[in-house]
Amino acid sequence: MLDQTQVERLEAEAVNSAKVRQPMYAARKKIFPKRASGSFRQFKWLVMAVTLGIYYLTPWLRWDRGAFAPDQAVLLDVANRRFYFFFIEIWPQEFYYVAGLLVMAGVGLFLITSTVGRAWCGYACPQTVWVDLFLVVERAIEGDRNARIKLDAGPWTTRKLVLRVSKHAIWLVIGAATGGAWIFYFADAPTLLGELFTGTAAPVAYITVAVLTATTYTFGGLMREQVCTYMCPWPRIQAAMLDESSLTVTYNDWRGEPRTRHAKKVQAAGQPVGDCVDCNACVAVCPMGIDIRDGQQLECITCALCIDACDGVMDKLGKERGLISYATLSDYNANMMLATADGACSVNPALVRTDDGLFSDSVAHFHIRKIFRPRTYVYMAMWSLIGLGLLFSLLTRDRLDINVLHDRNPQFVTLSDGSIRNGYTVKLLNMIPEPRTIVVTLGGLPGAEMSIVGVDLPAGRSFAVQVEPDRLKMLKVFVSVPAGQIHGQAQTFTFRVEDKVSFETNEYTATFNAPEIAR
Amino acid sequence: MSDEHIDEISGVSTTGHEWDGIRELNNPLPRWWVWTFYITVVWAIGYTIAYPAWPLLHSSTKGVLGYSSRNEVKNELAAAEVAKGKYVAAVEAKTVAEIAADDTLREFAAAAGGAAFKVNCVQCHGSGAQGSAGFPNLNDDDWLWGGKAEQIQQTITHGIRFATDPDTRLSEMPAFSDIITADQIAQVSAYIASLSGKVHDASQIEPGAKVFAENCVACHGDNAKGNKELGGPDLTDAIWLYGSGETAIAAQVRAPKQGVMPAWGVRLGETRVKELAVYVHSLGGGE
Repeated sequence: MLDQTQVERLEAEAVNSAKVRQPMYAARKKIFPKRASGSFRQFKWLVMAVTLGIYYLTPWLRWDRGAFAPDQAVLLDVANRRFYFFFIEIWPQEFYYVAGLLVMAGVGLFLITSTVGRAWCGYACPQTVWVDLFLVVERAIEGDRNARIKLDAGPWTTRKLVLRVSKHAIWLVIGAATGGAWIFYFADAPTLLGELFTGTAAPVAYITVAVLTATTYTFGGLMREQVCTYMCPWPRIQAAMLDESSLTVTYNDWRGEPRTRHAKKVQAAGQPVGDCVDCNACVAVCPMGIDIRDGQQLECITCALCIDACDGVMDKLGKERGLISYATLSDYNANMMLATADGACSVNPALVRTDDGLFSDSVAHFHIRKIFRPRTYVYMAMWSLIGLGLLFSLLTRDRLDINVLHDRNPQFVTLSDGSIRNGYTVKLLNMIPEPRTIVVTLGGLPGAEMSIVGVDLPAGRSFAVQVEPDRLKMLKVFVSVPAGQIHGQAQTFTFRVEDKVSFETNEYTATFNAPEIAR
Repeated sequence: MSDEHIDEISGVSTTGHEWDGIRELNNPLPRWWVWTFYITVVWAIGYTIAYPAWPLLHSSTKGVLGYSSRNEVKNELAAAEVAKGKYVAAVEAKTVAEIAADDTLREFAAAAGGAAFKVNCVQCHGSGAQGSAGFPNLNDDDWLWGGKAEQIQQTITHGIRFATDPDTRLSEMPAFSDIITADQIAQVSAYIASLSGKVHDASQIEPGAKVFAENCVACHGDNAKGNKELGGPDLTDAIWLYGSGETAIAAQVRAPKQGVMPAWGVRLGETRVKELAVYVHSLGGGE
């Protein structure tokens, strides 16, 4: 077990904190985050591997849809206006599924934020993941915090030039790979990869790669924490999303203060001593350049690396972990009241401990129960209802559809035998990647017969039409009713479509118009 | 400008402007903003050199790239002409019957014909080709001069009763007020109305039929079914160009109205006329 004074004190300054707020428009002070290790770091590596894996590998997954549709599992075929997601194919008019998923993502974000704070910011946000990735490169080439500070401050030598050039080159390669992966979602990935390298891909592909390379490099390599602090709206919105039962990364000053590097001296003088040894480990690892001990702040993305850093120090000192921990505001407040004797004195850690040095039973700890409260129930219910609604809609949606447009000019035509004819533009939608024979039948309207332009068959009440796979077929249909069988100026009837193989049916209710006095 | 003044609260120097004790802070512009501004200035200079920009007395500078929006439209129109070239060539080469039988070509020709119809034909035939009193409805199945695609083409090319075209469709019903008596006109009108089941005076039918046989069959046929060769209308059907009923029929027998349609062949050219014929043929009444 180490003594306080043996813990190395890091020369780290919180460059981004409220206490030392930079004057407006001052040049940014560089941040050199130290490598952290611990369970949150491990978790972040895992999240990074999974999210990057999903991003880079998804376009390469194959999914057999037969001869008439692409075999890419996830494909946004903008040119043909089709979206493929494994077994789901979406036509443009079904875009509400995507809208529904976005609403679910929004409610999900609310749910996550109300329970575990800005977990999105700290773990899953692309900005966080890519900055983390860029930092891995930076550490591998230039070394950890101190080496990087030294290199940055030092003069331009050949070594510095080589290190910097290679770092930025690798960043650019990562940026290009990021932009490159993006475009594979919009075209057949293997084909596009070939075209990309032979210079035969569409200009928009190269432009997209160039733009995304530039943004990835700029945001991930150069701007980093400034994107979160100055550009992103979420840090502002989060203030409205958090409540006193949300978990956030918290410095527990009820056990840390008064912080000192000379505990024994202070103790000997009879003064209270907190657990914080003021080693600045939490500041040194922070990618946002803040000091968590200043309390909750907009800049904190709750990546929890300071928890890892502090836990490491606490372990060395033989103290309980959790001087910096995920805690709720209500627990924190309760413990502060305990440590300050309901606000009667400044923080005295002795008040939260029993005589043998353990935490007293009155200290509040987080309980899983806190996640389940009315607010999160509402979010969960909303999220599940939308999800179930989408699922139900997906399972019962039509893959055979018909749309009918009644001719408006003229609305009806009198034929030489006195019968009345109406014209319709009928659209048959074959929404599966298989060719189909679709039977169109008239329903109702006694005596009516139809004929289809371009089909050389005598007029009848039913026609079989070939429709290409995954396509819409437009027909010009004329419906005629003999003079004696017209009842009223507007009669409703149905166009019914049926696939005789799968027995799918659908129908459209249309109107048949006739002049005021039909002859 | 007064001496440099530092705002006490923010520690920022002020511009020296003061209104009722309120001073304006002299915050610098963000550097990225300033540099973006400088870049736009440089860009603007380059742009005015590359593109038409500076106004001169009667024109403007042309720009070294030689860009012109008029040329751009011209090129796009030329590209569109090239794109539809193969269809136009096919329309030129084939007869209207062949075009009507080919799904793709029919669609193309009908679309082109529809556009031409909107410009040249709607004035008389209506925007939906539904016609009106005196102007034939082109949607129905009753054709004065025949409803086959090539017959329609012939009608459009040479017009009807269009004096300056020697091949024009010509039919002329005489004014029967000079030929038969008023009674006979009433009788024949009642007879004609009876053919399509209209209200009529039964006693007039028999003498009317006699008048019809003596004066009308030459053009309208023995059974009054008309004659498309001569443009004689079918008098037994439900479609009446100048109105149905005995009064309207009698008026037409007495002093017939004779509509005129211009010959479009010379003005629009053969290809456009073919397209129009295919369009009209596709409206539902084509034979």
